[in-house]
This record gives sequence, C-alpha cells and structure tokens, in this order.
Amino acid sequence: MSAPSRRLPSGGLIDRGIRLSFTFDGAALSGHPGDTLASALLAGGVRLVGRSFKYHRPRGIMTAGSEEPNALVEIGAGARREPNTRATATELYDGLVAASQNRWPSLRHDFGAVNSLLSRFLSAGFYYKTFMWPPALWEKLYEPLIRRAAGLGRASGAADPDIYEKAWAHCDVLVIGGGPAGLAAALAAGRAGARVILCDEDFRLGGRLLSDGGTINNRSAPEWLNAALAELSGMANVTVMPRTAVTGVFDHGTYAALERVADHMPEPPPHLPRQRLWRIVARRAVLCAGAIERPIVFPGNDRPGVMMASAARSYINRYGVRPAARAVLFVNGDDGLSTLGALEKAGVEVAAVADTRTGARIVSAEGGAGGLRAVRLEEGGAVRNVPCDGLFVSGGWNPVVHLTCHLGGRPAWREDIAAFVPGTPPPGLSVAGAANGDLTLGACLSGGFLEGVAAAGAAGHGRSAGEPPAAANEPAALSAFWHVDAKGMKRGKAFVDMQHDVTADDIALAHREGFVSVEHLKRYTTLGMATDQGKTANVNGLAIMASISGRTIPETGTTVFRPPYVPVAIGAFAGRSRGRDFRPYRLPPSHEWASGQGASFVETGQWLRAEWYARPGERDWLETVDREVLAVRGGVGFCDVSTLGKIEILGPDAGRLLDRVYCNTFSTLPVGRARYGLMLREDGFVMDDGTTSRLAEDRYFMTTTTANAALVFQHLEYCRQVLWPSLDVSIVSASDQWAQFSVAGPRSRELLTRILDPGIDISNAALPFMGVRDVAVGGGIPGRLYRISFSGELAYEIAVPSRYGAALAANMMAAGLDLGCTPYGVEALSVMRIEKGHVAGAELNGTTTAGDLGLQRMMSSRKDYVGRVMAARPALTDPRRWNVVGVRPLDARSRLRAGAHFIPEGEPESVEHDKGYMTSVCHSPVIGSWIGLALIERGRERIGERMRAVDPVRAGSVLVEICEPCFYDPEGGRQRG
Amino acid sequence: MRIKCPICGERDAGEFTYRGDAAPQRPAAPPGGDARKQDAAFFDYIYLRANPDGLIAEHWYHGMGCRSWLIVSRDVRTHRIASVALAGDGLPAAGGKAARGGE
Repeated sequence: MSAPSRRLPSGGLIDRGIRLSFTFDGAALSGHPGDTLASALLAGGVRLVGRSFKYHRPRGIMTAGSEEPNALVEIGAGARREPNTRATATELYDGLVAASQNRWPSLRHDFGAVNSLLSRFLSAGFYYKTFMWPPALWEKLYEPLIRRAAGLGRASGAADPDIYEKAWAHCDVLVIGGGPAGLAAALAAGRAGARVILCDEDFRLGGRLLSDGGTINNRSAPEWLNAALAELSGMANVTVMPRTAVTGVFDHGTYAALERVADHMPEPPPHLPRQRLWRIVARRAVLCAGAIERPIVFPGNDRPGVMMASAARSYINRYGVRPAARAVLFVNGDDGLSTLGALEKAGVEVAAVADTRTGARIVSAEGGAGGLRAVRLEEGGAVRNVPCDGLFVSGGWNPVVHLTCHLGGRPAWREDIAAFVPGTPPPGLSVAGAANGDLTLGACLSGGFLEGVAAAGAAGHGRSAGEPPAAANEPAALSAFWHVDAKGMKRGKAFVDMQHDVTADDIALAHREGFVSVEHLKRYTTLGMATDQGKTANVNGLAIMASISGRTIPETGTTVFRPPYVPVAIGAFAGRSRGRDFRPYRLPPSHEWASGQGASFVETGQWLRAEWYARPGERDWLETVDREVLAVRGGVGFCDVSTLGKIEILGPDAGRLLDRVYCNTFSTLPVGRARYGLMLREDGFVMDDGTTSRLAEDRYFMTTTTANAALVFQHLEYCRQVLWPSLDVSIVSASDQWAQFSVAGPRSRELLTRILDPGIDISNAALPFMGVRDVAVGGGIPGRLYRISFSGELAYEIAVPSRYGAALAANMMAAGLDLGCTPYGVEALSVMRIEKGHVAGAELNGTTTAGDLGLQRMMSSRKDYVGRVMAARPALTDPRRWNVVGVRPLDARSRLRAGAHFIPEGEPESVEHDKGYMTSVCHSPVIGSWIGLALIERGRERIGERMRAVDPVRAGSVLVEICEPCFYDPEGGRQRG
Repeated sequence: MRIKCPICGERDAGEFTYRGDAAPQRPAAPPGGDARKQDAAFFDYIYLRANPDGLIAEHWYHGMGCRSWLIVSRDVRTHRIASVALAGDGLPAAGGKAARGGE
C-alpha cells in the first residue's frame, strides 16, 4: 500500500486543492473531490481490491462505472456498513472507510484461494452434483462449508440507522442518462417548452464526454458541456437530478428512480434521508443510458491490472490517474485503438497493441495477487511474452437496453456493431444515442436532440428547439471478437462472468451436458445472476454458447433484464414504512385520558385499545378484569367503542338498500329505533354484524365491527353503485367523526342523567330498549344516545363529536364517583359478551353461516338480499355443520383455552374424532369459572352432553359440558329494565 | 399502472382496489322463484369466470379517491386501458368506448 502515487501532475475533473482522507483495509489513503473510491484507490497504487465469489481469485478494478463486477467493497462501519458496494460508483468523501470482502485472513493471503485448486469440483452446477451424497452431510457439512467459502460482503447485522423517503414526480419528458445524447434530448425538450426531468446515476453529468472529450459546435467538449448545463439549469421547466439512477419501467409511463441523497457523505445531514425512491410519471421518456464496453474472454482476463480500455481513458482523462506504467492494448475495433491517445498523454508506455483485425490476440494474462505481470501475445503464428502492468481491453460496446426489457420487450441483434439494440421499447419510451446503437458522438447528439423534440411534441410542446448540436463521427469500425480459444496452449481460467466466477469452460460443460437453451444455461452456470446482472457478461456468454453450438447469436437467444437496473437497498423500498410506522396505530379519542388512568393497551386490528385499567394491589389481569366486570354488573362502567365502523346512509331509498345488504329487514324500522343486523356475503356466509338505527325517514346510521369497517363500506358502495344504481341513496363514512362510549350497568341511566343537559328525558318510557335519540351534553354539544346493550345490562352508547371524547370520559368519571363508575377495557367487554353468548370476530370468521351462529331466524323469507340464494345450498344448511354453543368445565377450577378441540367422551384424541373447536374463552366472575363459546358439529343437539376439550400443546385435556351459549340473564330482563 | 378516473382524473393504480370481471350480472332472485334455477344462476354469477386473452372489463374501486366503482376495460396482455367508466353507467359496448368515460 506504500506504492508511489499514480496521480498525474495535472488534468482531470478533480479539485486538487482539497484533500479527502479515507482508509482501505485500515491503510490511510487520500483523494480529491471528484474522485470515486476506485479512482482514489488506483491513484494510491492499490490494484488488488477484492477476492472473487467462488475461487477467491485476486481481483482489481475493471471498469469506471456502475457495471463493475470485481471491485466490490464494504463501505462504512458499524450499523452503516454496506456490503457489495461498487468502488467505481462510490463518490469519495472525507473519512470514508472501505474494506475488502470475501477473504481470510487478509486480502493478500486468502486461505479461500485453495478453492482454485479444487476448481474441478466447483465447476458449473457443482452444487447439484458434488455435494448431493450422502444427503445427511448436506445440512451439517456441505452447506455451512460452501456458505463460508463462497460469498460476498457481510451485512452489518444491526438495524439501519438512516431514514429513507419515497416521493412522486410528474413531467412531460423524462430523460434517462445525462451523456451527450441525454443532454441534447433535455435541451431540445426543454427549449420546446416541456417539463423535463433529467436523471443521471453519476454525480457529474456528461457521460463519456467527461472521459473522451471531443469537439461540439466547434467548441471543446468541456466548454460545450458547461454551456449546456448552464442552459438547462436556467430553464425553470427543467429539473436535473444527478446521483439518480432510473431503475425500472412500469406501466403507463411510471418510472422508478433511486436518488442517492447522502451516500457521498459520512452520514446523512440532520433531517435528510440517505436515499429517496422516486416514482416518476412521464408522458414521454427518452432513454439515453449509453453503452457498456464489452470484455474479451481469454485465460487470466481477471488479473488485477486487466481493465476496460474505456475505463483506462476515464481514469486518465476524468480522474487524472495513470492506470499503468507499461500497458498492452487488446482491441477489436477503432474505438479501442483511440485509447492510444490517452495513454500517450498520461505517459503510459505502450508495450504492444493486439488488434484482432490483424490476427493478433492475447492468449493469456499472467500474474498473481500482486496483479498483472505479463501477457502472452500471439501474432503471426508466434507467441511472445510481453511484460506489462496494464492490459486494456475493448471488445466493442453493448447498448444499455435494460430498461427497454422491463415490460417484456426483447432486444434485437445488430450485426454491424455486433451488439443487441432495443427491440420494441415500452409505449411512450424512445431510445437515443449509444443505448440505441449510435456509438459515435455526432450520432448521439443528433439522435438525442431529435428524440427530445419528438417527445416534447408528443407531450404537446412544439416550440422551436433550434438546431441540434453538431459533432463529427469518430471512427468506430470493429470486427466481432468474443473469446480467445487457447486450445493446446497453457491453460488458465477464462472468465465470462467475473462476479459469479463463470468461465468459458463452464459454458462448454453446460453445453456438453445438454443445457442448450440460454435460460437453462443461465440457471445452471449462474451466468448473469450476480448483483451486476451480468452487465459485462451476458452477451459474451451468449456468443460463446453460439459458437459452441454452431448457431448465430440471434438464433441462440437473447438476454433480457428485469428491474432494478442497479441494486436498491431494501430500506429505500420501505421508505418511512418501517418499524412502528409500517402500520401506525389508530388511537381512539379517549386514548390519552385512558393512559393517564393507568390503562394497559392492546393492538386490535389497526387500533390500540385500552385492555384493562389495573389498580394498585391487584395481583394479575384476571383480578382486574373480574373487578371491572362486577363493577359494571353491580353499578356502572364505561368503555370507549369509537373504533366501530360508522356509516350514514341517506336518501329516499336508504331502507331499501339496507333490506338488500342485511338478511333482516330495516325498511320497517321506526324512526328513533335501532336494530341488530346481520350481513351475508353473496356466497351465503356471514360477512359482518352490527346495530343500525333510523334517525329519520330517509336517514340511517349503521355500525360495523371494528375489523370490517372499511370492507363493509366498500361493499355498500358496490351494492349502491354497481348492483342497484337506480336506488336513490348515498353513504358517507362517519367512523372518525364520533367518539362513542358504551355506558353499562344498572346505574347507567343515573350516570347519564347527570351528564346530559337538563330536560332530556331518558326514562324507560321515553327511551326504551333499542331506542335512539338526539341529546346534548356540556351545555349544547350535540350528541346521540343509543339504548343498546352488548353486556346484557341496562346500557347505552353515547356519541359526541370526536374532539369531545376525552372530556366526556373525564366528566363521566367525575360525575359517577359516588356510583362507583369504573372505566373498563376490551377484555371486560369481551367477558361480558361471552357471558351473554354474543358472537364476535372469532365466530364471525368467514366460514360460518347465520345458522351456525344460531341466527337463522333473522334471515327474511319475504325479500331478496345479498347471500339469500346461496345460503340455502345443501352444504350450508347441513345439520352436521358446526354451530355455536356454550362450554363450561365440569371442574370449576379448570381453565379453558381458545383453540382447544372437542372429542366425544370415550373416543381417542385424534383428528378423526375432532368435533369442533373453542372460539372464545374468559373467566366469568358471575359464573365463578371459566366459560367458553365453541363451534361444534351438531352443537345444539349436544347441549347437556359431556366432551373433552383437548389442547395437547398447552393445557392437556379438560372435561366440559356443552350448554346454551347465553350464560347470563337469558331472558334479557336486565337490559330492558 | 395509471387509471383515468372519470371523476378525479388520471391516478396511480395504488389508489384503486381491484375486484374482478365486471361482466357477470347479479341475477334477479325474488323469494318464491324457482329455487333450482336461482341456485344455478347464482352459481354461475359467483364462481364462473371467463379468462380472455385480451380485453376484459373489470371492476376497480377508487377507495383512496372519490370512492367510485369503475369499469376499466384492460388488455390483460399489455395492460393497455381502452376505457374507464363509472360502474353505475353499465358495461361498455363490446370492444368500444364506455358509455361515459374520460374527463
């Protein structure tokens, strides 16, 4: 690591006035703003950056972009450590901590490299073959061994400390990629008047202009680039988004983009996310994602020091780094040859040029952990050794067609550039520049400009955009060349997919074993299935497969891509929806008040509700809940039931709609009265229940269960709009408008009389059981009082506007002090409903019929309603169905458990004898034992029968008696009193 | 996906809930009718669905918008949406435009 600096004395788009310190595997290094981690490592003389996935081969830096397969490192420390980060796409910052991965004990001396010696066992499909037998060893030996030996970086193992955001953006024209084509497209569309978003994954716009320069409109590339960027930032209708990779194309012009807001800082500034996942809705998009230079496959092509020719130009021109002292060029076309100019400028000695068009080729690259030492060059029938520390390779360019495949498009082969170009792009997206196969500067600029004008026009913006920027087209001829077949010479591994260690031999092996289809080849060898999705590998793999099988490349197949284009952190997909915020609680209006009263809370569906209100000295929750129940049954208590769904139904046909959605009748309900209603699904099973009141001739107020509030509302809208649009009726959700409390117990009327404004008569005559009336509290605050009872006591539900809910609770406590007024939670609520035999969520579970619940008499025979016909099906009326009954233990001390199954006495405890299960249990202080509700086969016929409630996991087996489901006041005298 | 709600304009599909084929019509089932015929008609209505390779009229609910039930004619091969109409206006004519759609 004490290698001499390879930074050139001048040049490059770096700020030499500022020094940024960073570490790599603990060694202190430095770079400048404008550097990537890769360029700074190269400048510091670091060539060995990582070990490969399977064979632990030493690897260096191969590219200068996000397609990098080799230079994967861990960035950051502690909880911020991120594995498998591409050094070539990591913007350098002061204090950056980087570490190599997949090596032990150190990068230079890696024990795992013995895998290379075992490589004949690790070839394609090795895990399907080598480790198959004996099977017992798989879990204990093979899998842990392979997992340790083969791998990438380590996850931090700690919770991600950063925040992530999701955001939407809308535009007329989205330009993807800010190279020459993208800049021209954005300029054209912006000048035409379109709202434009220009995204580029790099932190600096310009694409290959930054590395290859050129002359545009008779100005130097940097001059033109600066003018173009200034013009774009001066247009109010253009938004430029650097560090933003468009990762996916979705239907109807929706695009996903990942903005790395703070990845170029040690940690995000306060209140800023680390990354932001954008969904961009664009009328039109122009894909200008450029092209990726293609490697050539030859033995030793993975040695540190073997680099793409275009990357060598980037390191020299953009970053001011000399990537080698003595280099060899291995190319198949003019573009690769253009590297000579850059090498000369950087003072790199060119030891040899192997241009495949003259018959020259590199038959192997030699070296070790220290990197490349020499290449063997074959020319004119002779092979010679050429010492060098850099080998710059160019096999042509692959247009970045990825995004055009995301909606099922397939690329098309273009013989003249020996590459795939977009086939049929997704609707609304056009392609320009190198991504479209136009690989020269002049064509990129004019193509991008034309597509920009066209996209703006299609989005309705036709102002003149002026003339396209002009540049000459540099020589770009090439002759397809994929693979150095070094048969009969010194053998060595020739890598196709560097990141997954797939070699040319693996492809040949797969072919011998009959994997002819490209899709099979991919899965068998894992070619293209690493984190880089084979950006530098897939086309070479296809070409080698084609040559082995004697077919052309288009005959062999094509290569398609799925989102995301670059890896996206799970945190970015989650955005703010993580931890507690994944599903925020809804809090009922009395929550704060209940909290002050020492309530414990329980999650019920979306809500956090008071479970019970423990008092000092109480041994356990059972004692607390018993007290609450007895306080209600002996005096008065109240419970927040605001979580129930509430729906107002208005219009002349309101009653008619309710008659069709409930199985019982509501059109006959008198004004000022409430009725219990049961709703079926159209397939005949029970959907929901609740109490619905008639407030006026044309106005009803429905309550639903807490869990089904949204579902029932949607169902009512469906009935109203789709099934019976001729009904004159509207509905509106009032769930959040009302705070509603159940006030229950023999002294509830007394308490309410003290709470209501004077002069409101709630006597039994004025407000009988199931009566409803408007009331006022606190001096004119409007409310409603429903005389309904879930507990079986004299009881009411009082509703006031939500904002008064907490005050009402406090007032009731104060007013009822001498009455022993007791707040109770959902547990006591549940105890009392089980004592009364009322069904709730555990019984209304989507598999029960009205008959199962003992409610068959509610089903009207005089009208049509949802579910009427199907509820009469034989299987839904079968007398053997499981129906709701009560359960009590023979020994009053035995505890019942929900979920226990019922076995007839004397039968073995097995599934064949299972006759049903316990749905709800509680300890009943009025009965003095545990009681339960159950669904039991022919349950009502078994009343009085003994069975065993079997719970092998927890409680074993309890002898029980089947009884009527109502345990308390079956005549209902108390609630009518 | 983007769906052009006739009330709210074009919105992301995330605002909508999918229900399914809009073609089946709920049979009339007055009490006292032929129970076997009603049973057969409801069986078809609830359980039988066509699986066309192309355009299909579907019910979508704009629950995070205006709460309208919509009939969206969508090509299941491409997700191309041919028309969007309020469900209360009925099914679109075969292959054609909805009775009332767009903005």
